[in-house]
Amino acid sequence: MKARAAITVAAAGLIFFAGYAALFIAPDEATMHEIQRVFYFHISLWTGMYTALGLAFVANVAWLVTRQPKWDWLGVSAVEVGVVCCTGGLITGVLWGKPAWGIWWTWDARLTTCFILWLLYISYLILRGLIEEPPRRATLSAVFGIFAFLDAPLVYVSNRLWRTQHPAPVLFGGPDAGLDPVMVRVMLLCMVAVVIVTLIVLVDRYRLEGMRHDLDELRLAAEAREFKSNSAPIKELP
Amino acid sequence: MTLARAAAIILTKELRLEFRARELLTITVVFALVIVVLFSFAFDPTAGESRRYGPGLLWIAFLFAGSLMLNPSFAREQSNQTLDALRMAPVSPFAILAGKMLANLVFLGVAELILVPVFAVLYNLSLAGIVGRLALVLLLGTIGLVVTGTVFSAVASHARMRELLLPLLLLPLLAPLLIAAVEATAALFAEQPSLDRAWLIFLAGFDIVFLTASWLLSDYLLEE
Repeated sequence: MKARAAITVAAAGLIFFAGYAALFIAPDEATMHEIQRVFYFHISLWTGMYTALGLAFVANVAWLVTRQPKWDWLGVSAVEVGVVCCTGGLITGVLWGKPAWGIWWTWDARLTTCFILWLLYISYLILRGLIEEPPRRATLSAVFGIFAFLDAPLVYVSNRLWRTQHPAPVLFGGPDAGLDPVMVRVMLLCMVAVVIVTLIVLVDRYRLEGMRHDLDELRLAAEAREFKSNSAPIKELP
Repeated sequence: MTLARAAAIILTKELRLEFRARELLTITVVFALVIVVLFSFAFDPTAGESRRYGPGLLWIAFLFAGSLMLNPSFAREQSNQTLDALRMAPVSPFAILAGKMLANLVFLGVAELILVPVFAVLYNLSLAGIVGRLALVLLLGTIGLVVTGTVFSAVASHARMRELLLPLLLLPLLAPLLIAAVEATAALFAEQPSLDRAWLIFLAGFDIVFLTASWLLSDYLLEE
């Protein structure tokens, strides 16, 4: 418990420092100036989303193979956290798009992919809300989760073939990518900070799901005991 | 019993059911026509615009009609627990799924066969010389729609509000299929009709990816 509290406080400190670094330490960008600073968190949020949704896919497959409830808990937790990161990424992207491109939104490959992913994983959460029995809910949502994950590269390729205007990646683009070393360091710091916070929230959400499961079990056991004591005389009948 | 034979039996059963009731096909065709008519009121396209927007409209109509039409595929097995009976049969779950996919392919294919000529007349598009190539695009697009739609019909059949849920699950997933099918169809309706190989390959890839996934996941999908 103490260790968890310490990690959470450390992560909170890290994310605040990352925010400070993005706003004040990173040098000014030549063409976009201040607005470029949103990138440090924009790209970090996408890193968080891909981590979470990748975990969700692993969890979905693992549930189908092993049938251990913990994989189902991990699946739903990862999707919820992934959707939050995706929402943040979309909002920061829209905020950046208006001053930089002159438009809020464009149907570019990456934007469209993330938007479709967002819709698909929202649907995943809605689907879970509409199925009552836990094992069936876990199985069917895992099947849907796997289909959604397989769809992501297809959405990307189809939009890429269709049209694209997103800036090409410059971060890891080699020595000529033209990124200031301080910028790279701040970017990596922000990525690490956001991924750590994502994982902490994810673990907490996972534990919550586990507790809910335990509570349901207890409730069912209590109901069964009550039913048993009420219906004891009937059992005497031949 | 081989997979093909089991699937064929399911297919025959679905077709017989539809032949006796004739509900699904009528509703699908009329619903797609309603979309086509409403679109023309909403946008009032000129001849040039029809050519430009026609393929998109056609596929939107198919996708919407398909997402409604695929609902009963598994939902109607729920009302009398007939799915349990099917599951008890000593055949692989994929045979049940494949039989239903084939039946849905036939239903949607027949609906398209009726709709495409009507659509061509209403939007002044000429089908002369492109029928074979258009059929290929329609087939590849419809396979993708039917494969994912049948799987999601099975997923949604266990949920509350399944009629609303199926389009919600299916339509975002079909976004890449929509783009590819519309682009391939648009290339055929252009001044110089041509078959866009890149999009055809993409459509075939979409079909293969999700057909394989359905095959791998069919055991879990239909388990008790």
